[in-house]
Amino acid sequence: MKFVDEFRDGDLARSLATQIAALAEPGRHYKVMEVCGGHTHTIYKHGIEDHLPETVELVHGPGCPVCVIPMGRVDDAIALAKLPDVIFTCFGDMMRVPGGDGSLIDAKAEGADVRFVYSPLDALKIARKNPDKQVIFLAIGFETTAPSTALTLMRAKAEGLENFSVMCNHVTIVPPLKALLESPDLRLDAFIGPGHVSTVVGCRPYEFIPAQYGQPVVVAGFEPLDLLQSIYMIMKQLGEGRAEVENQYGRVVPWEGNMRALDVLDEVFELRPFFEWRGLGFISQSALKLSDAYADFDAELRFDVPGVRVADPKACQCGEVLKGVIKPWECKVFGTACTPETPIGTCMVSSEGACAAYYNFGRFARSKARTGS
Amino acid sequence: MADLEQEVLARIERQRRLKPRFRDERITMAHGAGMKATHTLVAGLFEPNFSNEALADLSDAAKLEIAGAALAFTTDAFVVKPLVFPGGSIGELAVNGTVNDLAVSGARPIALSAAFVLEEGLDADVLRAEVGAMATAAEFAGVRIVAGDTKVVERGKADGMYISTAGIGVRDPRVDLAATSIRPGDRILCSGTIGDHGTAVMLARGELELDADIDSDSAPVWNLAESLIDRVAPSLRMMRDPTRGGVATVLNELAQDADVGIVLQEDAVPLQPAVKGACEILGIDPMYVANEGKLVAVVAPEAADDALTALRSQPGGEQAALIGEVADEPQGMVLVRTGFGGTRIMDMLIGDPLPRIC
Repeated sequence: MKFVDEFRDGDLARSLATQIAALAEPGRHYKVMEVCGGHTHTIYKHGIEDHLPETVELVHGPGCPVCVIPMGRVDDAIALAKLPDVIFTCFGDMMRVPGGDGSLIDAKAEGADVRFVYSPLDALKIARKNPDKQVIFLAIGFETTAPSTALTLMRAKAEGLENFSVMCNHVTIVPPLKALLESPDLRLDAFIGPGHVSTVVGCRPYEFIPAQYGQPVVVAGFEPLDLLQSIYMIMKQLGEGRAEVENQYGRVVPWEGNMRALDVLDEVFELRPFFEWRGLGFISQSALKLSDAYADFDAELRFDVPGVRVADPKACQCGEVLKGVIKPWECKVFGTACTPETPIGTCMVSSEGACAAYYNFGRFARSKARTGS
Repeated sequence: MADLEQEVLARIERQRRLKPRFRDERITMAHGAGMKATHTLVAGLFEPNFSNEALADLSDAAKLEIAGAALAFTTDAFVVKPLVFPGGSIGELAVNGTVNDLAVSGARPIALSAAFVLEEGLDADVLRAEVGAMATAAEFAGVRIVAGDTKVVERGKADGMYISTAGIGVRDPRVDLAATSIRPGDRILCSGTIGDHGTAVMLARGELELDADIDSDSAPVWNLAESLIDRVAPSLRMMRDPTRGGVATVLNELAQDADVGIVLQEDAVPLQPAVKGACEILGIDPMYVANEGKLVAVVAPEAADDALTALRSQPGGEQAALIGEVADEPQGMVLVRTGFGGTRIMDMLIGDPLPRIC
């Protein structure tokens, strides 16, 4: 298939793998964090680690929108979904995320009208078709998805659609990266920058990473060759003793970002003073809420939500996984008490979660697999 | 790989081999998707309660010996939405689905029953068309519909109609298909392009605002099954029809039932460009998408080429391909060699991203 197969070429991959191996200094161990959950998914799905020398270790980061939603927010969402005459809409991934007592999919089986949509505009359509119902959209995601929520809200406002509202869980990418870099339990060499977030925010916001922490950042695309090439660019920077922000995903990411999208975000959202991230705790100015001009569309203002903070289950180590401090398999409940069928933590739910990606794609002994055909 | 990681993985595999227990509080759509949740429901509730030898295989059809006759018996229910979609309709599916469960069990389909659950207010012409489609499909597949039942439910229930069929077939004496006969080294064949049916139905619902020229592959597969029996019977280990859950789910079930590993060559799996494109856009792996006119066969290595020739000589089998082989390790798992040169697992999913496709 055109524009896809070119980025999955096995021969090119092997040639890049050779060049990466040549750049790896003997005796040195490299820890590179892919910030974005989409990258984690690609890495496992295409078996990218098979092309890397053992000394180049990929560490999975916090950039999975579903994974960072704390349990209390899920409970709030379920409370909204169970209100009479409400149609609750969300992305499919969110439906299985466990709250304090069950998930949205359980609420659906119990009678709540929960529907999954591919886009917030689909939720708007449902609202137009059902004027006697209140339609709530559960908005999640980094700056990647926030503009589409913003445009949806602008349209709802222009149409005067009174039965539509948004429960906003949009988060921003830079604060958790700062929190990670300040964290004493993790030593990294470089970052693979999140591609889709950067289509909106551009590359400038990452400049503090090389400037203050001396680590390279390469913003990367989501096809397997994109990732291998970005790892090559990182290894080259490290080999040459450089630390800068580079853009591997230039075909999509403009250096300055998307000004129109940023303007739209400015109009519709404002920063929350603080927001709870699953496993990472409260991070100040790390999330968005609806601005005063759009407050009428804020589901948390229109309806009563419990707003109770629920502590993560004791056994769950999603926080450590999200910070890259432990690998998924190092979590005590990984694969036994916590599986995709009965997830305890969010990282096991989303297809972009490190635990789900490792469980679904990477859970095998590579040494044994190599001996097979 | 670190020893500790190996230990963790071994522990997980031990746990996965435990008989599933059905502990869910309510039925969700996932229980009907033909994947992990369905498996847990069947193996954890139905099988232990109905416990008997013929059921224990949990295969596509039960093997029965009645008065010296070797028979296969199966049943299936159809709740597809919409009732009519490019390349087929619920009536045609109701015949082919049951015929194919018999065919891949090595049995020539003989007779079907049909039970109709109809919604009050259903346009009689819609029913006429589906009954006509069933008659045509039955004739084409060489079966007779010999018994039936009709129920009507209130308006708003049953989405127009549900159909349930049961079928009986005579097992071919030349084969005794069983997953337990699968051995390392065996080859795996797929009779044609995958994911056509599920993709066609999904697009026909019109919820995705995605247009593509994709027809369901709904068709009987007895001709394909018989061609394999004729050509390579002693080397034919097992056949399955990859309906809900797709090729991925069928291969996982085979790997678990036979306690072997299966290694799949991603590039070798036949796939229509339009299906590939639609699945790529929607983030769905076509390996998990339903087929209604395909079979997956496992044959001894020396018979692989003959089996491929046999399939390709049949209508509906022109694009058959060798897609993988059976290995010692890792037991109970399916590994995929990606076109990119990497390796990953292809596990069973919990639920289907596309409900109500058959």
